[in-house]
Amino acid sequence: MRSRGAGTRTQLTKLEELLRELRVEEVMTRRLVSVSGDFTMAQVKELLRKHRISGVPVLEGEALVGVVSIEDVTRALEQGEMGAKVRDRMSREVITVFADEPAVEAVKRFAHTKVGRLPVLDRGGKVVGILTPGDPVGRAFRVMDLRYREQEQQRWQQKGLGLEDLLGEGASLVLRFRVQGEDFAGAGKASVQAKRVLGRLGLDPGAVRRATIAAYEAEMNLIIHTRGGELTLEATPHSVVVEAVDKGPGIVDVEQALQPGFSTAPEWVCEMGFGAGMGLNNIQSCADEFEIESEVGRGTRVRAVVHLSQSGRKDRLNR
Amino acid sequence: MRLQDIKVQLEAEQVAGSPRPELEIKEACAADLMSDVLASARPGSLLLTGLTHPQAVRVAALASLAAVVFVQGKEPLRDTLVAAEESGLPLFVTQLSLFESCGRLYQAGLRG
Ligand SMILES: Nc1ncnc2c1ncn2[C@@H]1O[C@H](COP(=O)(O)OP(=O)(O)OP(=O)(O)O)[C@@H](O)[C@H]1O
Ligand SMILES: [Mg+2]
Repeated sequence: MRSRGAGTRTQLTKLEELLRELRVEEVMTRRLVSVSGDFTMAQVKELLRKHRISGVPVLEGEALVGVVSIEDVTRALEQGEMGAKVRDRMSREVITVFADEPAVEAVKRFAHTKVGRLPVLDRGGKVVGILTPGDPVGRAFRVMDLRYREQEQQRWQQKGLGLEDLLGEGASLVLRFRVQGEDFAGAGKASVQAKRVLGRLGLDPGAVRRATIAAYEAEMNLIIHTRGGELTLEATPHSVVVEAVDKGPGIVDVEQALQPGFSTAPEWVCEMGFGAGMGLNNIQSCADEFEIESEVGRGTRVRAVVHLSQSGRKDRLNR
Repeated sequence: MRLQDIKVQLEAEQVAGSPRPELEIKEACAADLMSDVLASARPGSLLLTGLTHPQAVRVAALASLAAVVFVQGKEPLRDTLVAAEESGLPLFVTQLSLFESCGRLYQAGLRG
């Protein structure tokens, strides 16, 4: 029990520190929805529903003149006055916070005033964002989490542990992903995930970068050109082996497919920044060894090997 | 040049990712083709692009880039914001065009 209490306390202190360090600007929502005094309450209701928010600042030109919230809308609704102008129904006593103040100031203001949102002003008085009560702490926790992950990775790298220290000579670590054809929304997730895992193992960052770029190009080819397949990354103490295998349609002329600029990608992927005919070339330039085999009607197998730099590892050991 | 200075030069706003105002940026890359980014952008570079779907963020993360700027006031898709939050990659939006953005950063000393 005692140790748990202490742990919670350190976390709280860290949170407080972070809320002092982060500025309001860094925790606020920037995409600002606002209304003018001329809006009707009915229009406000629509806007709040559409953006799923509980209140908006009222601006006349650039100047903040009030806030109108879901409570004001409810009251107008009960009184049958949805046609009334915002100007006549808003609250004019607006509590605000400056963008360059520490986030902890916003937390205090929420605690002391019980308002549901704080418009954020720059020192010129212009509204630049908005805060809701959960924003500062939620954001701070996210930042804490990211920093923790970075530190953890640095600790691994400083220790200079290689995979053989973890797994023993001769063992390897295999990451296997099933990739859906035409799943453009999820595209690239496997490779990003693989990079995170290999990075955390403390492998040479340059080699991890090359291996996961190769994996990404292979993954995109599975998504764009096939009905799906399997992507694997195998990490050994000396290399990362990337392999993408699918069951068709296969490539008619592999020589031609390897020419920079050759592409059969459909129009819709070109609009999304793909289909330059550079993917296979990128894999080749990232890899120390490269193989491709394909048979029309049977499928394609692409294999790329990236050697881990031993010198990189020594550098870390010497530190 | 610090990320904060880039933000000021481009009159940009950060819409997702970790706040890293002090991060030092030496190079930038402007591209709308993902394979081009992967082929040419060096680790630690800034990416300027008009593509706002999640692939832009995933590609930047894979290439170990420092930050991404969407030009021409293009609103990032929701999934794009989520991808940036997951990886921590700072994501900015500027109203300036790609051409104008590159011009300003080049003028200010950033190289490609
Ligand atoms: N797994 C595969 N199955 C079938 N065809 C493939 C496969 N991988 C590549 N190809 C063929 O090879 C061509 C070249 O592939 P490459 O990855 O170099 O370029 P791309 O995918 O067309 O464009 P980019 O990768 O630059 O976005 C593709 O257009 C396609 O015709
Ligand atoms: Mg490709």
